[in-house]
Amino acid sequence: MDTPLSAAMATPSLSGPSLTRRKVLALSLLAAASAPVMAACGKSANGSNGDGPITIGTIFDETGIQDIYGQSKMRAVQFFVDETNANGGLLGRQLALKSYDSQSSVDKITQYANTLAQRDRPDVITAGASSASREAIRPIFNRNKILYLYGNIYEGGNCDKNQFISGTVPSQQLQVLIPHAVKSLGGKAYIVAADYNFGQISSSWAEKYIKDAGGEVLGTDFVPLESSDFGSIISKIQRAQPDFVFTLLVGTNHLTFFRSFAATGLRSSIPLVSGNFGAGEELKILTPAESAGVLVAYPYLQDLQNPTNAAFVTAWQRKFGADATITDLPMAQYNILKFWAAAVDKAKSTDHDQVVAALESGITLQAPSGTVTMDGPSHHVVQPISIATTNDRGGFTIVKTYDAVPPKFEQEKCDLIANPTVNKAFVP
Amino acid sequence: MDDIVNLLMGVGYSIAFLTIISLGLAVVFGMMGITNMAHGEFLMIGAFLTVSFTRSGVSLWLSMVIAGVAVAAFGALLERLLIRRLYGRLEATMLATFGLSPILVQAAVLIWGTTSEGVTTPLGNFRVGEYSFATYSLVIIIAAVFLVAGVYLLYAKSRFGVMARAVAMNPEMASAIGINSSRINMGNFAVGAGLAGAGGALIAPVVAVAPSMGASYIAQAFVTVVLGGPGVVSGTAAASSLLGSVQRVVSDASTAFYGTAALLVLAIVLLRFLPTGISGKAGRQL
Repeated sequence: MDTPLSAAMATPSLSGPSLTRRKVLALSLLAAASAPVMAACGKSANGSNGDGPITIGTIFDETGIQDIYGQSKMRAVQFFVDETNANGGLLGRQLALKSYDSQSSVDKITQYANTLAQRDRPDVITAGASSASREAIRPIFNRNKILYLYGNIYEGGNCDKNQFISGTVPSQQLQVLIPHAVKSLGGKAYIVAADYNFGQISSSWAEKYIKDAGGEVLGTDFVPLESSDFGSIISKIQRAQPDFVFTLLVGTNHLTFFRSFAATGLRSSIPLVSGNFGAGEELKILTPAESAGVLVAYPYLQDLQNPTNAAFVTAWQRKFGADATITDLPMAQYNILKFWAAAVDKAKSTDHDQVVAALESGITLQAPSGTVTMDGPSHHVVQPISIATTNDRGGFTIVKTYDAVPPKFEQEKCDLIANPTVNKAFVP
Repeated sequence: MDDIVNLLMGVGYSIAFLTIISLGLAVVFGMMGITNMAHGEFLMIGAFLTVSFTRSGVSLWLSMVIAGVAVAAFGALLERLLIRRLYGRLEATMLATFGLSPILVQAAVLIWGTTSEGVTTPLGNFRVGEYSFATYSLVIIIAAVFLVAGVYLLYAKSRFGVMARAVAMNPEMASAIGINSSRINMGNFAVGAGLAGAGGALIAPVVAVAPSMGASYIAQAFVTVVLGGPGVVSGTAAASSLLGSVQRVVSDASTAFYGTAALLVLAIVLLRFLPTGISGKAGRQL
């Protein structure tokens, strides 16, 4: 079979008869065009403690099946950078971004993490939304000693000197949400979760809290991220007749669950409770008939009533448009950057160890979600948790707010001030 | 009783869904020998056009028809500009359509953004015993039957279909008796694209419509078409029936994960014994 592909492989040398003047011209143009790129690669600036800008490295899934999270997180980063720069920067220096789009692929995020850590060497890195991607890149930043900020709800238990986490964890969020759900809806639950570390570990937490509250789990189904086929799960739920379905579904494919659940007419008979619904852009993609009335709990909700939040939402909408919304996920991203900025200010340096020490000293911020405190030993955040239901206006109706809820499990297991070399992910 | 109805509905829906997402790919593969790696994106464009037209006030059903026709026209244009230049070079057409796929995804991001509101599943639901079903599932099943019948009639009975099969069997001889094979190929590609567009339109109300959605369905569509073999109608119908029922029955008995795994294992085992696919073994052209 003589195909162009095999023909090309058979003539590896450029000196063959196929080298025309046009090709030479094209090749030399290519070389000329790539020269400045190469030069730029060579001079990789490591910004720390110079006069130039302080660089923040980011890698988020701005495209692909996780884009419902990556896009909003990137907006939060941009908002933070512009806000800080408008207020005179940090330590008198401007902030600059070095950003990569990991396209919802764990391969790509690992590749860009290496590029950032070894070539670009920013002062701090915040990257990744999914727990699979976080676990892939965390060791890279450890190895290269670049501080890693993770601003995302996750399954909890991470204990790593080089990492600070602002997102809520099951021992903080579910210990409030699940007892409320069991008390108001009944004890029989059915769990539908994404099939990777976040869904698996979080659902075992959910199971624990459901049992602690006196309820029982009728069934648990794990769904691969690539799958959008929920037909058999919906039949099983109908057979089980639970008091509520608890979801931990992730990404665009899994939104099909909420659409099918509503189309089957189950919304009126079986309530939905979720650990992560509405944290991304779910409420924008689904219609109100499909998305309203889901019981959730988050540290931040746009409808929280406090002056910091009012000012924040005004500024956010001035930047991104009058109908722009903000959910817990980008807010956690914003919070972790604010914690870092406060620590840099306090340490008067961007030096890795000094910033870590400052973050561990227990910084408290008045954030749009309320009073949030970085818990030094566990590297997690003590913060308010609000129970809410999604409403038909694409927002949340707040049911009840609990102040200063600790990340209980992380505080029990993890003390990085006493044991700085511990580096593991605890599971229940 | 209601358990049986539930299983039949589930199996019927799985088969219909597989048929709808793979028929366009099967036409292009069976009639032209081309593996269209951008098939998933054609589905995505069909779905987005349906959503856009519905949002602008056109009725859902009319939007679906418009989406199918529009993607067919887009397919014809693409065949003229790109595919036609690569005929007879399998790797080149695969690479070209593979490259086209991220371009179309990014174009969709630029046009529709990454988060646009979809359309709700229409028609409500009905109950049988302890189960309720989305009435739209029946629409999917009926539409799959009509599409398969339509493709059969087009290629078995119409003048275009007879000429297309002649070109597929022996292009030189077909040219010698005066068939314009270039026009026929454009027609084939447009039909394949149109079916993909219609497939995307039909699934738009049941899935989350997003620029990246093509990737979710392409693997299943490929498995179905490869297992079906070159016979467009018989192959697709047989392969989706087999894979759809196995997937659904296993999912019901265990989990969705094992359902998908069973589908893939079955496809691998069958292809080991039927390397040219089900219809290849049976020697069917349609």
